[in-house]
Amino acid sequence: MDGAFNKIVASITLRAVFGRKRALIFAIPPVILIAITLILKAARPDGAPWPGRILGDFGFSVILPLTALIIGTSVLGAEIDEGSIVHLLATPVRRSSVIVTKFVVAAMLTMAFVAVPELVAGLIATGGVTKLAIGLFIGALAGSVIYNAVFVMLSVLTTRAIAVGLLYVLIWEVVLGNFVGGVRLLSVEQYSLGVANAIAHYSALNAHLTLSTALIMGVIVTVGALVLGTRRLSEFSLKGDAV
Amino acid sequence: MTGPIGREAQLIQLANVSRWYGNVVAVNDITMTIGPGVTGLLGPNGAGKSTLLHLIAGFLAPSRGEVTVGGRPSWRNPEVYRKVGLVPERDSVYAFLTGEEFVRATAGLHQLADVGGATRRAIAIVDMADAQGRRISTYSKGMRQRIKVAAALVHDPDVLLLDEPFNGMDPRQRLHMMDLLTKLGAEGRTILLSSHILEEVEQLAGTIQVIVSGRLAASGDFRAIRRLMTSRPHVFLVRSSDDRRLGSALIGRPAVTGVELTGGGLQVRAGDFGAFSRELAGLAREHDIRLRELLPEDESLESVFAYLVES
Repeated sequence: MDGAFNKIVASITLRAVFGRKRALIFAIPPVILIAITLILKAARPDGAPWPGRILGDFGFSVILPLTALIIGTSVLGAEIDEGSIVHLLATPVRRSSVIVTKFVVAAMLTMAFVAVPELVAGLIATGGVTKLAIGLFIGALAGSVIYNAVFVMLSVLTTRAIAVGLLYVLIWEVVLGNFVGGVRLLSVEQYSLGVANAIAHYSALNAHLTLSTALIMGVIVTVGALVLGTRRLSEFSLKGDAV
Repeated sequence: MTGPIGREAQLIQLANVSRWYGNVVAVNDITMTIGPGVTGLLGPNGAGKSTLLHLIAGFLAPSRGEVTVGGRPSWRNPEVYRKVGLVPERDSVYAFLTGEEFVRATAGLHQLADVGGATRRAIAIVDMADAQGRRISTYSKGMRQRIKVAAALVHDPDVLLLDEPFNGMDPRQRLHMMDLLTKLGAEGRTILLSSHILEEVEQLAGTIQVIVSGRLAASGDFRAIRRLMTSRPHVFLVRSSDDRRLGSALIGRPAVTGVELTGGGLQVRAGDFGAFSRELAGLAREHDIRLRELLPEDESLESVFAYLVES
């Protein structure tokens, strides 16, 4: 019963997430992605590299990380900010179980709101079940997993998780990732693109890591983030008197 | 794994516990043992009560010393919550859940064998059966406190910790909560509640622990300590050459909250002790009134605690 995934924690998390207005934001990125795809498909039916630019560059460097950031920081961070986490932590539930459950819920939501729309957009853009569409889908699934492990961890580590996450995505991945080769080794975007490109073999995807590197680094980052998140949650402290 | 048995399962023990933040000491070398019954953790605002309660509840690491509940360290030990219930001060509950859902979820998190039965029992204890189907967001402050108590009691804990449980409650809700805590204490549970209001604890707790500036200033039977407290906060008896005129002058001062002309003089209630003390002489001089006597009929709780620390 006391396994890694706790159904009660998951249920409370889902109700909390969809009970906030912030949940409406989740629906915006996939709508934008599919709308742009439909417009470009209608305007440039035979345009050569645009699916890679839109679904790869835009989808993996903007839509996927930002959606994961909103979801990943809200599944636990909001409870910490509000203080309601105390009711959860004042029970014998293992802290690793709390972190894993929050992470799984966040990853599943991101898959639903980003990976599935990536697949739909890929099918529309390429006109059927192609390697590119499947590659983008699998890459987005991988990205949903890794990003959320990082963002759930951030929400335990700092009260400014969204700001730190934004800096990571925009400065580290988007800006530095384009100019400094070594940065890509610590870029979740590149792990996702590496997985996608291993299936799609599509040069316009701008993937710079091999599948094995992407997978190994992705596993290390995911496991490391979950372990660190668990450790920090185990040391969750309430503020005492004003001193 | 077997836990402590008998009375030890209900004991809260602190051994030379300190907690500091940088150079600021919030809790300073406190040693105490709290057993079954209702114990009040008293002290002025900022004295260290919440810090101490968080240390006991396992939500703060001691900088030095050891805190055990039921014979087990409370810090980084979720297993301790099988025997401990916590009612935090902050009014942050899962407001989107109904009261029943909240208590049921807590019972589930405790992995109780009979979740439904435990939920019904806990809700009945706090007399919230009628409102259990409503969302917590629609509850009054007092109802939220009660449903938090129900959640804290759902696993039938030996030890119940409550941080300022009466905050925001109306008089009727306070009475209900006091009755409930008295009953739980009489059942042999260890109930520890923090409060900065003496009157609540006076009626509830047989034993008090007084914290002032992070130190344990007094400990033991409330009535014995109460005898050391000579009077009540901020009430003065003033005798002058013209009490009636002085009274009418005083009532216009912001520091004064009430004036009553009694047979023995003028009873003055001052909201601001310092300002009143400074203004009284000047006001008397201004109205050409001679002050004959100024007696503190009461002293603030904070002053009494400060006295206890200094003595």
